[in-house]
Order: sequence, then structure tokens, then C-alpha cells
Amino acid sequence: MRLTCPICGERDRREFYYVGDAVLLRRPDPEASDVVWDDYLHNRDNPAGETRDLWYHEAGCAGWIVVTRNTLTHEVIATELASKVSEAQA
Amino acid sequence: MRFSGWKVLREGLTGNKGWRAHWRDAHPKPEYDLVIIGGGGHGLSTAYYLAKNHGLTNVAVLEKGYLGGGNVGRNTTIVRANYFLQGNSEFYSHSLKLWEGLEDDLNYNVMHSQRGLINLFHSDGQRDAFARRGNMMVNQGDDAILLDREGVRRHLPYLDFEQTRFPIYGGLYHPRGGTARHDAVAWGYARGASDRGVDLVQNCEVTGIDIESGVVRGVQTTKGPIRARKVGIIVAGRSGLVAGMAGRRLPIESHVLQAFVTEGLKPVINHVISFGMGHFYISQSDKGGLVFGGDLDFYASYAQRGNLPMKEHVMEAGMTLMPMIGKAKVLRSWGGVMDMTPDGSPVIDKMEGIDGLYIDCGWNYGGFKAVPASGWCMAHLMATDTPHEVAAGFRLDRFRTGVGIMDEEGTGSQHNLH
Repeated sequence: MRLTCPICGERDRREFYYVGDAVLLRRPDPEASDVVWDDYLHNRDNPAGETRDLWYHEAGCAGWIVVTRNTLTHEVIATELASKVSEAQA
Repeated sequence: MRFSGWKVLREGLTGNKGWRAHWRDAHPKPEYDLVIIGGGGHGLSTAYYLAKNHGLTNVAVLEKGYLGGGNVGRNTTIVRANYFLQGNSEFYSHSLKLWEGLEDDLNYNVMHSQRGLINLFHSDGQRDAFARRGNMMVNQGDDAILLDREGVRRHLPYLDFEQTRFPIYGGLYHPRGGTARHDAVAWGYARGASDRGVDLVQNCEVTGIDIESGVVRGVQTTKGPIRARKVGIIVAGRSGLVAGMAGRRLPIESHVLQAFVTEGLKPVINHVISFGMGHFYISQSDKGGLVFGGDLDFYASYAQRGNLPMKEHVMEAGMTLMPMIGKAKVLRSWGGVMDMTPDGSPVIDKMEGIDGLYIDCGWNYGGFKAVPASGWCMAHLMATDTPHEVAAGFRLDRFRTGVGIMDEEGTGSQHNLH
């Protein structure tokens, strides 16, 4: 599997650190209930098919990247900077 | 059909024509008391102990493929009870005791081989941690012996003790650890359950779970609807998808774990060896193949195949530890779907808010050794509606409350750390 960093271009998967589901970009309010925080930290859709997850370009530009890919085929569909995704969500 | 020495002899002399199917390939009835979703190791052992321990035989096991065709048919077969944390250690201790009586109980040769397991350590700090773990295992009533370097050398003279990166300081020896024949475990439990009246239904995929006003009523399947008073979800890597049919999200992310087998060799490795610092472990099957593996690929996946970087990493670690295996040829590799929880420990619990729905999941990459006790405890929970004492800590709500998190590795309770 190779990932295209929006800054560095296509790179070996080993340059990246997998963080988890991109739901991590939607951090709840600190005062939100334990149910909301549990959902954010632990519960996952865990889809068999298209998913979006957060990767860190550890051995490259240190950028945070949202990768859209297929968990059944390992096809990488799109990559974008996490900051852009976060701004769009705000 | 029972096995005996006499039967093997008679069949050998008469052309092996008297062997019959080990279990009934059942068609589903419209209604059961209990339905188990998933005909893998844990589902079959649950069905067996429901029948044997609790007298519940109006039970169906629904399997979307063929029995034992998932992770129980494709794993590295290690059986051990070397856990540290309260909550885990009594459970795995119970499981190992069940393993030790399993062949007599099932009348089935599961080839349980207690050849001993050695976890290597490579620093003073690691030695301290293993000494402490060994003491916990002994306190639990299991066996552990701390070996120094010479002690390891007597067992495993072929390791590279002087490797510069991770010189071997010693190992924690668990003599009752070992391996078993994975398929036979599934078949033995299947036969035991089927003989007691449980219906084992293959090629029957569950497509929906019927819930009315918070009470489970049955399941929808590719072989039609089946009504049931209680439903157990025991589907390992597919847990998130099946729980989704009941409108629930789980603290589970499915990851791929690879393993490898070489061509058959003469006996050379007599133990199970784990080299944690290199993410490598190995044993030799009775057929002669070296069976080995490493860590997860570390990204969510249902592909049942891994990528090349982890293959390379595992091979490098193996060569670092035991250069003698360098000429062995890898015959095949595979990837299984692992139901990973944030703290690396499993769940055997009721599904809160849905009466009659139960779940047994989150076995991470260690489900095989748990097959007997998981079934024992899940059957107890489904039959009595109370958790079994050795599995009482495997609660689903521990992540929300923070009470009873069982982070065996001590790395933290979040999804990408186990």
C-alpha cells in the first residue's frame, strides 16, 4: 500500500503512522457527557468497505492526513490534509 | 461417531469405509430457544457448553460460510495462560485447564501439545517485568519459571544470543504452554454440540436482527427468518457489522494480522518461542512446517491479506533471532481479521438495552487459546443471565466508565496501540 501525501507526493506506507478513524477530528466539547466521549474515543463504525482514517506522515513532512480507502481491497481513493478537512467540518 | 483405538485399527484393516460425517449438516427450523451467530471456535464451544453444562439443546449455530472456516481454521495455534492482570489471568487459567481435559471431554484428538512456551527478554527492565509476570502466574496457580541466559541456552541452543540489537538476557518459561490442532478443536466442539441436539447450519448468513420494543425476537437469514428467545453474536472480526444490525456500535476496529508457514522440515523447534522486542513468534507444527508471525499491519482492514512491509519485518526478526531458519522456504502466508479493542482485552456481555442479545467479541489476536473458556463463560451468561466469575471483568461498559480497563500490555487504552 502506498499513500499520497498532499505535500510530499506518493510514498511508502512505512513512512506513515496510522492513528485511527477520522472521527478523531470531531473532538467533542470537554463538558460533553461520558456517553459522548466514550463514543468518540472507543466506538467505531468499523466499515467493511470505504472508510476514512487519520494518518501521520512521521518519516516525511509530519503532516496529518485523512485517507479515504477501502478496507476490503486496500485501494486508496483519496488523501487530503487533515487541517483542510477540519476547516471544512467547522 | 466415537473414536477409539479399536475403531482406528478396524477401519485401517477394512479400507476406512466405516467413517461417517462427524456432525449433522442441519437445515434451520423456524424457531429455537437460542441462536448463536457464528460457527467458529467460540460459537461452537458456546453451543457445546450450552448443551453440556446447561442442558439447552434447542439451539442453532448459524454460519455464513463453512464451520470453522474463519480464524479458528487459520491461526498460529498457541495455547497459554501467562496473563498478568486480574480479570485476565483467572480466565486464561480456566481455559488452559479446560484444554488439558479437552480430548477426554470431547473424545476428539485436538493434538494439544504442552511443549512449553518461552518469552525472551533482552534488558534488565524487561527481566524485572517478566519476573513480576511469572510471580502473578504462579499466584494464579499456573506455572512459570524464570530462566537466565544459560537456562534459555539449554532449551534453545540455536538462538543468536549475542545479537547486538537485542542480546538475550533470559526468558520466562511456561511449561504448560504449547499448541493444538486448530481445525480439530472446531470439529470436536461441532460434533459434541451436534450429538447433543444442536443444529449446525452452514451457508446461512444473518442479514438482520429482529428487535421489538427492546427485546430480541430472532434473526433474518439467507435461509429465511428464524425466531429465537436469545441471540448470541460471536463473529470475531465481523462483530462491528453484526452489532450494526442491532443498531449498536462497538469499541472494536478490525485489523489484519499475518502469519506464515514454511515447507515441512524435520523436527527442529520443540517449543513455542516469542521474541517480543522483534515482534516475532514461532513454533513447529506436527507436519513439520515452521509456523510464525509478528505484529498487526496496523490499519483497519477486512481484506484477509496483509502488505509487504510487515512480511519483510517478520522475516528480518526471525533471521535476527535464529539465523538457522534462513534456508527454510515459506510455503504460504495469510491474513486474518482481528477484532481489536482499545485495551486489548475481550468482551463477554449482555448488549445493554436489548433483552436477549449477547455478545462475545474483542479477542484481538489471542482468541484461539480462549476458545474453551470463552464458550464456557458465554454459555453461562446466555443460560443464566449472570456473568461467569472468571469472565466477570469482560464488560462492554468498561470503556465508558473507565472502571476495569484491562490493558495487559500497559501501552494505553486506545485503538491504535494494541
